Amino acid sequence: MIEFKNISKWYGDFQVLNNCSARIEKGEVVVVCGPSGSGKSTLINTVNGLAPFQEGEIYVDGISVGDPSTNLSKLRSRIGMVFQNFELFPHMSVIKNITIGQVKVLGRNIEDARERGLKYLDRVGLLAHKDKFPGLLSGGQQQRVAIARALSMDPLAMLFDEPTSALDPEMINEVLDVMVDLAQEGMTMIVVTHEMGFARKVADRVIFMDMGRIVEDCTKTEFFTTKRSVRAQSFLEKIIH
Amino acid sequence: MFGNFDFDVIQRSWVYLFTTGMAFTLKLTVLAMAGGILLGTLLAVMRLSSIRMIPAAAATYVNVIRAIPLVLVIFWFYFLVPYIGAWIIGSDQPIKVGAFMSSLITFTMFEAAYYCEIMRAGIQSIPRGQISAGLALGMTNSQTMINIILPQAFRNMLPVLLTQSIILFQDVSLVYVLSITDFVGAASKVAQRDGRMVEMYIFVAVVYFLMSFGLSLLVRRREKNTTVTS
Repeated sequence: MIEFKNISKWYGDFQVLNNCSARIEKGEVVVVCGPSGSGKSTLINTVNGLAPFQEGEIYVDGISVGDPSTNLSKLRSRIGMVFQNFELFPHMSVIKNITIGQVKVLGRNIEDARERGLKYLDRVGLLAHKDKFPGLLSGGQQQRVAIARALSMDPLAMLFDEPTSALDPEMINEVLDVMVDLAQEGMTMIVVTHEMGFARKVADRVIFMDMGRIVEDCTKTEFFTTKRSVRAQSFLEKIIH
Repeated sequence: MFGNFDFDVIQRSWVYLFTTGMAFTLKLTVLAMAGGILLGTLLAVMRLSSIRMIPAAAATYVNVIRAIPLVLVIFWFYFLVPYIGAWIIGSDQPIKVGAFMSSLITFTMFEAAYYCEIMRAGIQSIPRGQISAGLALGMTNSQTMINIILPQAFRNMLPVLLTQSIILFQDVSLVYVLSITDFVGAASKVAQRDGRMVEMYIFVAVVYFLMSFGLSLLVRRREKNTTVTS
């Protein structure tokens, strides 16, 4: 469903992605981890064209992301994205946050969008907060709204860019629970995270990156038990105490 | 000390001063403010555009306007607009514009340069992640700008925009160079007719002070409110 073919990307002289190749099948949950600055966020930002790349090809559902004739907006509307800093729109109520994309991008009418939005809001357990503004919600609640916003667009796949890194520890689980449910329902997911518990529980595969390269791409059993590079080994030792 | 002054002139003329003079001043201020903010926002978006030449064109406009005294712009526009208009529609005769339209166009274009810089700062104050979030939902660049970025930029900059508009309110008095009967124009007509210059101009100053100061107090209150809720 999502295929990276030899992706390389530079910021000026600095190479952030170095010849990255990977394939994510429909329904797979792939966790991307690695030290900071290793290019993992950049890698998932290339999937929906938010980060342009200079070399290689990415195909999402058969559509080439790098092709200048691709309608990027249309492609993005089919890929959900959840950000580290939530990025809810602070000038809109929760329900407006969830309906605006459906109305402006998918052309749904307001009632349909609202109904669907309320359904997803209920699913993340925040129906009672539908008319509040994001600034009044906790970080964990905001991130759950952000997930509902992405889901309401009926995405083919979901990208999570360190979804729990900006949260207080006691709020991490409420977000992870929503993500676990989603994974178990068969959503295709690429998740950049350091939450190894999440990876153990639901990941099909783990991609380990270092200095812009994909160092490991293996099943979670392989990653957590047997075959492991020295670099991945030392990374894991540092983050699991 | 005020023994020789006759403040009765105010009592005799205030209805005229406000219904004719101040009405014109407020009408011009409000319309030029609306037009200026609209044009200024457009210029701000142009200055931040990544399309070649567009930012340079908008920057040139802003820098030229801000480097010329307002009185000159008012003067030049009053005489030039009829000819520019004629040139645009291809007429041989200068078109009839009238002092009000001419000054409205002038103030809109002049103030737009200042509103542009305010809106530009406002747009730049919005975290880049908001743009990513809009784009990630599948919005186009302009949908993201209109629905996500501009409303937040406008809300953040509202106090500054209003402060600039108070300056505009005072600047409107410069239309006296076109012999227009704005508040100052009306007052000077009465002052010259009755020979009561000092009294009239003191009165005009007091009215401008009260209105501008009152408005800026309102802005400050509004500023407090926005910082509390966001």
